[in-house]
Amino acid sequence: MSSLGSVAASTAQAGGVTGAEGAAVPRRRRTPYLLLLPGLLWLALFFAVPILALGSTSLQTRVPGAELGVYTQTFRWANFPDALREYSPQFARAFLYAGLATVLALAIGYPLAYAIALKAGRWKNLLLVLVIAPFFTSFILRTIAWRQVLADEGPVVGVLRALHLLGSTGSLTATNVAVVAGLTYNFLPFMTLPLYASLERMDPRLVEAAGDLYANGLTGFRRVTLPLSMPGVIAGTLLTFIPAAGDYVNAALLGNPGTTMIGNIIDSRFFRVVDYPTAAALSFLLMAAILALVFVYIRRAGTEELV
Amino acid sequence: MTATVAPRRAAAVRPSTARRAARWLSEHLVAVFAAVAFAYLFVPIAYTVAFSFNDAGRSNLVWQGFTLDNWSNPCGAPDVCRALGNSIQIGLLATALATLLGTMVAFALARHRFRGRTATNLLIFLPMATPEVVLGASLLTLFLNLGVDPGFWTVVVAHVMFCISFVVVTVKARLAGLDPRLEQAAMDLYATEWQTFRRVTLPLAAPGILAAALLAFALSFDDFIITNFNSGSVTTFPKFVYVSAARGIPPQANVIGTAMFVLALAIVLAGQVLARARRRG
Repeated sequence: MSSLGSVAASTAQAGGVTGAEGAAVPRRRRTPYLLLLPGLLWLALFFAVPILALGSTSLQTRVPGAELGVYTQTFRWANFPDALREYSPQFARAFLYAGLATVLALAIGYPLAYAIALKAGRWKNLLLVLVIAPFFTSFILRTIAWRQVLADEGPVVGVLRALHLLGSTGSLTATNVAVVAGLTYNFLPFMTLPLYASLERMDPRLVEAAGDLYANGLTGFRRVTLPLSMPGVIAGTLLTFIPAAGDYVNAALLGNPGTTMIGNIIDSRFFRVVDYPTAAALSFLLMAAILALVFVYIRRAGTEELV
Repeated sequence: MTATVAPRRAAAVRPSTARRAARWLSEHLVAVFAAVAFAYLFVPIAYTVAFSFNDAGRSNLVWQGFTLDNWSNPCGAPDVCRALGNSIQIGLLATALATLLGTMVAFALARHRFRGRTATNLLIFLPMATPEVVLGASLLTLFLNLGVDPGFWTVVVAHVMFCISFVVVTVKARLAGLDPRLEQAAMDLYATEWQTFRRVTLPLAAPGILAAALLAFALSFDDFIITNFNSGSVTTFPKFVYVSAARGIPPQANVIGTAMFVLALAIVLAGQVLARARRRG
């Protein structure tokens, strides 16, 4: 693949040096395709084709008597309703936890992005770097650190017990609260960055104008700032919800067997049970559900703006 | 106005301080909230950093005492440095390939007219809108069908795949912000299309390409889910941490996490300072 890319690049270069007058027109028409070819070929081979392979695997059944992991193509469409029936609680949980995490991340990320974009002045860039900074420690290490923060002897449980928000033996370890807190935490920067981008682009004079027209702070925010930041809200919620709905690391490290999400099931069907058709059917259903949601959003925001 | 306000202010000193505090809070509410949000972001990182100095034997969950041993011997835990080496090699290869391919696509999208733009945008967008678990599972399905044993190279292939889209978006954003008249001016001065690209467009796009490369490396280095599906017996750093979570993570993993954090922060901050100095000078 790499050689393909360099061939395309060198062809484009060679054409650029030699093609002076007459040859210039057809070459120019060819240039975008040569630029696109290697990248799109890679995505076609390693994204689109695998999705088709996933679709075909989801319609396979076990070969009777054969060893584990051997399946044959039988176009058994019932794999889908079967998988959905068996794992609907995990599906519901994945979407519930991801939805809660998205709402919480929006509630935390919006004021954060607002403060950085409009109140930080010369500290803007530094604060923005600090929002991205958590990415640089490993995602898994941070999630495990959450386990320590929320442990029984940790600070959060201590404070909640002192405030009687948690019983004296109450615990956050291996609970759904810990899973949602972990999801919110891990995807908060994905929420904050697009919000920042749209708020930073906003002309502050528009809010001033609203004030001049006797709008109070709340009305000015509701009628001017919020509508102008909607592209950021849409992009941020998508960038948080999509990875959160498919995540299994938080549920595995912070939850208990009662908090498993659909990602955990896909993972264990693949590796522990070697039940490829069910894992493929579940993956396909997850992708379909998320894409349906995304396209509702896209109709409001437009593809170009999201890409 | 002043006549009515003055006696009232004199009469009630206490409510006015309360009111002043309330006003201060309402004016700085956003700032206070942002400070709390930053604390939320940094508490787990503080834990990660602190526990890299923990004098822990095998399980690094409870504080035992301060030590520098982990830092003086970061490869002390078996396999941790091999996993780190794999992660760095995979990250560099995936970054180089994804940045090259993604930048080419971004130039085509931003600077050329062609048929199939909508389909191209869709193919770039879909991998970003697909959960990692689906990307990982589908790619593994393909490799299993083809009889390819997952390992080092399948991880590189997977990482290039999910990094391309992010490179395209980042570089395209930079190109969209450039003034096209600069390129037109170069052409007016008899530069060929290639000379214009190399001497004008490429230098102007360079910060965007660099940012895209950094993003690609960060995404590749920190990826766990797709890697876990397609790596077979090869271990990367995140996979090492996840697998050893059950038995207890060696403090050396925290050392490496902290070192990467400090290094990346230093690179980004140096870039910011450099950009500011160039803007001034």
